[in-house]
Amino acid sequence: MTSAETAAQTDLRDTHLDDAELHARLTRTWRTGASLIERLSSVDHKVVGRRYIITAFVFLCLGGLSAIAMRMQLARPEAKLLGPDLYNQLFTMHGTTMMFLFAVPVMEAFGVYLVPLMVGTRNIAFPRLNAFSYWVYLFGGIFLWASFMLKIGPDAGWFAYVPLSGPEYSPGKRVDVWAQMITFTEVSALAVAVEIIVTVFKQRAPGMTLDRIPLFVWSMLVTSFLVLFAMPAVMVASTMLILDRLVGTHFFNTAEGGDSLLWQHLFWFFGHPEVYIIFIPATGMVSSIIAAFARRPVFGHLPLILALIAVGFLSFGLWVHHMFVTGLPQLGASFFTASSMLIAVPNGIQIFCWLATLWDGRPVYKTPLLFVLGFIAIFVIGGLSGVMVASVPIDAQVHDTYFVVAHFHYVLIGGAVFPLVGAVYFWFPKITGRLMSERLGRWNFWLAFIGFNVAFFPMHILGLQGMPRRVYTYLPEMGWGPLNLLSTAGAIVLFASFVLLLINAVRGAARGAPAGDNPWDAGTLEWATTSPPAPYNFPRIPFVTHREPLWDNRESLPVVTGLSVDVREHVAGTVTESFPQLRESSPEPSIWPLLAAISVAAAFLASIFTPWAVVWGSIPVAITLTGWFWPKGTPEDEE
Amino acid sequence: MTRAVVIVIALAAVAAGCEREDRPLRSEPVLNDNRDAIALATNAPGPGAPVEYKSGARAQYEKTAFHVSQGKKLFTWYNCSGCHANGGGGSGPALMDDVWIYGSAIENIAASIREGRPNGMPAFRGKVPEDQIWQIAAYVRALGGFVASDVASSRHDQLYAHEGESRLPSPPAASSQPGLAQPK
Amino acid sequence: MRFPLASPAAVLVFCLLGGCSGVQSALNPQGPQAAHLARLFWIFTGVCTAVWLAVMLVLLVGLVRRTPARTDPLRLDARSERRSLMVVAGAVVGTLLTVVALTALSYLSQRQLFARERPAVTIKVTGQQWWWDVRYESDAPDKIVTTANEIYVPVGAPVSVKLAATDVIHSFWVPSLFGKQDLIPGQDNEIQFTASRPGVYRGQCAEFCGWQHAHMGLLVVALPANEFQAWLAAQAAPAAEPDDAERKRGAELFAAKACIMCHTIRGTSAGSRVGPDLTHFGSRKTIASATLPMSRGNIAAWIVDPQGIKPGVNMPNVSIASNELDPLVSYLAGLR
Repeated sequence: MTSAETAAQTDLRDTHLDDAELHARLTRTWRTGASLIERLSSVDHKVVGRRYIITAFVFLCLGGLSAIAMRMQLARPEAKLLGPDLYNQLFTMHGTTMMFLFAVPVMEAFGVYLVPLMVGTRNIAFPRLNAFSYWVYLFGGIFLWASFMLKIGPDAGWFAYVPLSGPEYSPGKRVDVWAQMITFTEVSALAVAVEIIVTVFKQRAPGMTLDRIPLFVWSMLVTSFLVLFAMPAVMVASTMLILDRLVGTHFFNTAEGGDSLLWQHLFWFFGHPEVYIIFIPATGMVSSIIAAFARRPVFGHLPLILALIAVGFLSFGLWVHHMFVTGLPQLGASFFTASSMLIAVPNGIQIFCWLATLWDGRPVYKTPLLFVLGFIAIFVIGGLSGVMVASVPIDAQVHDTYFVVAHFHYVLIGGAVFPLVGAVYFWFPKITGRLMSERLGRWNFWLAFIGFNVAFFPMHILGLQGMPRRVYTYLPEMGWGPLNLLSTAGAIVLFASFVLLLINAVRGAARGAPAGDNPWDAGTLEWATTSPPAPYNFPRIPFVTHREPLWDNRESLPVVTGLSVDVREHVAGTVTESFPQLRESSPEPSIWPLLAAISVAAAFLASIFTPWAVVWGSIPVAITLTGWFWPKGTPEDEE
Repeated sequence: MTRAVVIVIALAAVAAGCEREDRPLRSEPVLNDNRDAIALATNAPGPGAPVEYKSGARAQYEKTAFHVSQGKKLFTWYNCSGCHANGGGGSGPALMDDVWIYGSAIENIAASIREGRPNGMPAFRGKVPEDQIWQIAAYVRALGGFVASDVASSRHDQLYAHEGESRLPSPPAASSQPGLAQPK
Repeated sequence: MRFPLASPAAVLVFCLLGGCSGVQSALNPQGPQAAHLARLFWIFTGVCTAVWLAVMLVLLVGLVRRTPARTDPLRLDARSERRSLMVVAGAVVGTLLTVVALTALSYLSQRQLFARERPAVTIKVTGQQWWWDVRYESDAPDKIVTTANEIYVPVGAPVSVKLAATDVIHSFWVPSLFGKQDLIPGQDNEIQFTASRPGVYRGQCAEFCGWQHAHMGLLVVALPANEFQAWLAAQAAPAAEPDDAERKRGAELFAAKACIMCHTIRGTSAGSRVGPDLTHFGSRKTIASATLPMSRGNIAAWIVDPQGIKPGVNMPNVSIASNELDPLVSYLAGLR
């Protein structure tokens, strides 16, 4: 068939084409070109997701290096390696990078990459918004780190409590950089949340009813709703902070009727759900990995989903436990003790279900499963120390000490990073088509596990011995030296484990063993396509008959047909039953999202210098958005 | 490759502007070059416009947000506001207008603080360390609206903000002949 | 498969050998409130350790027990699924009961710990970057005592501490006496504690407050009631007159140098409230917010180079001639 004929025949469907022809045509329709402009224009969720993942790991590296610098300083009392000025910048950069530039984006990145594959569609919803969100995130991260390199690193902590971060006690642009970086990353997080919600609700493969949605997709769905409700609080807060600093408002100025505690309420109303925004996707990863390696579906699919939703709701009722020592009314504080302890119940349900799965299954000890087992051991410690700090009286002693530092690293590294590294080993073959080394993987796991515990367990004790957080040094008489030295040694081992992960990933990508479509014999849809997936994901959209489609249909997956092969189309279905309703067109690649992101970044950046940037900065944003949404003249979607 | 070069050049350009974020804690022990030259200048209002000594040696003080904000803190702590209020003036002259009896250069302001002036401005030589004098002088420059807006300190927590604490419109009569302005 | 317990266990043993005591330990209680807190902490720790060990035991047994290989991962045994469901449901109910019990325990402790009695002494502590202004309230103006960084309290009597801040948020924390409470601009907080035994208890600012947050220490000195009253009376008196030539020279230097711009010495012309009150400086146990022990050498070092000892602190490096240092140090050390 000549190209002229192709152009004339606009409505060629995939129904009767043979596999080779289908592949050729779909590839031409969906692929990302090789030139620089075409690469920058890509709206493929896999391309964007991969960029997201790599960028997030670069920030992990930077955050880790700043942690190592701090641990070096704290290894012995009254060390002179870093002064207080640099130390304060470093711990602020560490917290900010890990929370805003690594943990949340990397979880969303896996969602961006995997959710469309797992629900069996061709691209994420709003793919241009997806590309835009990546660019905004990238610019926000570069902005923060470039500022740090230029000695404008924020130094008021990742929590930036007023009045310390306010106009009087944080001169210069340091805190403005922090506050504006928040805006960047929140915009991108909100965009991804919207995409994932729509993808999950409207783009699932036919037959994938709500109860057939994989647990990882459920976890991303719940997370996206958390993002939607939590992030606006911190955006409001950071905007108010910038207004106080730049325009002279008095939101947080006690002397003029503002309230410095207002900041803490707004920040933690975001900050606590934030922990679950990071943790809930990790539970999805754990469920995926356990199902694959315990060789059975996860026990208690429904209780797990209900537990996720319960955690999501409860996470908005906990924020005051970050403020137990601010002198709030006692009765109010004890309400938050109750709610904070209550969240142990849905989290307990998840742990028990995973244990039941492992109990009944016959585990295959590959690296991803090792990391999940490490996750259970560590996260349970973190959860239990969380029960301790939820108590108002105990918190009065351990609040803002190294006990709390230990607690939340057990929760965040144990609860999120261990599953995440497991997920890297698990999905690496899908993303690259090659396997990572199992031998290096085991080394990686044991170094990480031992290094982590040696680094962070002593911090519990240091906290009880009275060592507060965020101190750049301590007196020799305090007796905290030996445990700090031990902790530093552990931190170095932990860091080495990540170096090993990097080596393993680079080696694996270059010359790992070819993986095949489904190296772990897992059951969910992403393993049905090739590794790495073709630009169009699935040659024909699968028809889902079971929660674990690949285990249910061992020979061949049933498919639905009728999608156009020459224009980008996917199936849109009903929310609950996923009954196909529409052939919906999916946007073509476009450079406009990048240009829009550049103009948004310029406006954000300039607005830390003058509030008028919001006004004139909106002009280029409007122009780029006009280009982005310029009507294409394509026909409306068809039933 | 070219991209990398462009980035490096851009970063270098930005870095050049970044001393305004430096926070030196232990300044040079003795800051006494040309101190005597300024001290020997007339410290009474002369017949003409004030002589401005612009050595430029202390320019970093008014180019650094940190110094200006330290100056603001010290301005309150050392009770400069006792006479000058928060820049609006009281028993001492206003610092937010553009009437500068003894010159508006940072060197002149520092000299006024260090050596004092007739009609009530005490000398703080020996009482206020030299680098703090320069910090206060830098803040006074900020009150006068002479420093870059991203260096000028923002409002006090206790005060309603004024437009970046920059200068008020100058009184029409005084602006033509600053030398004859009445010391308040 | 080796079980991943070794490293935490080793650290735990290390802790127990090293002891959880220490200069500033929360588990070395010296008053009824702190003892109550420590007890509560150990109860929670016991429960949590038991839960963790149970989870690990189940995990371990689940991993090592022999299960028949499954050819089809979807072929599940309905009976064992039902059994798992019962066990999981039981565990969830157990979790719920544990959580309710711990919440109740926490709430009862909280009510007891934060209950107020009529205090024997009321002290107002104001946090500043980076030191503590301490003021003993009294109805008689001449009995009001101002000091800094060291809080004297009578043994066995409830002490009320009113907490305020004038710049940023700080947090008052003396672990061996009570938990912490924030000092927040625009908000009045108050805590009450009792010291059971005479002694010196160290505390530290626990809320990040800027450059010298790490060195914002304080001491609580508990004295028997009569010694406390004697101390209070001595502190209410104005500063000792310098009694020899060197100290007189020191007093003159203090008034002529930058010192007078920030510090108060009651009974002299020095009356600024920017820095700590130095009226009875020589009677203190430490200088620079419980950072250096009181000694002539440390006073001299602190005067000459405060920015070297605590970078960023508000005390500036002042130019002092070599023959001026000794008189100044003698004068300050003599302010007993």
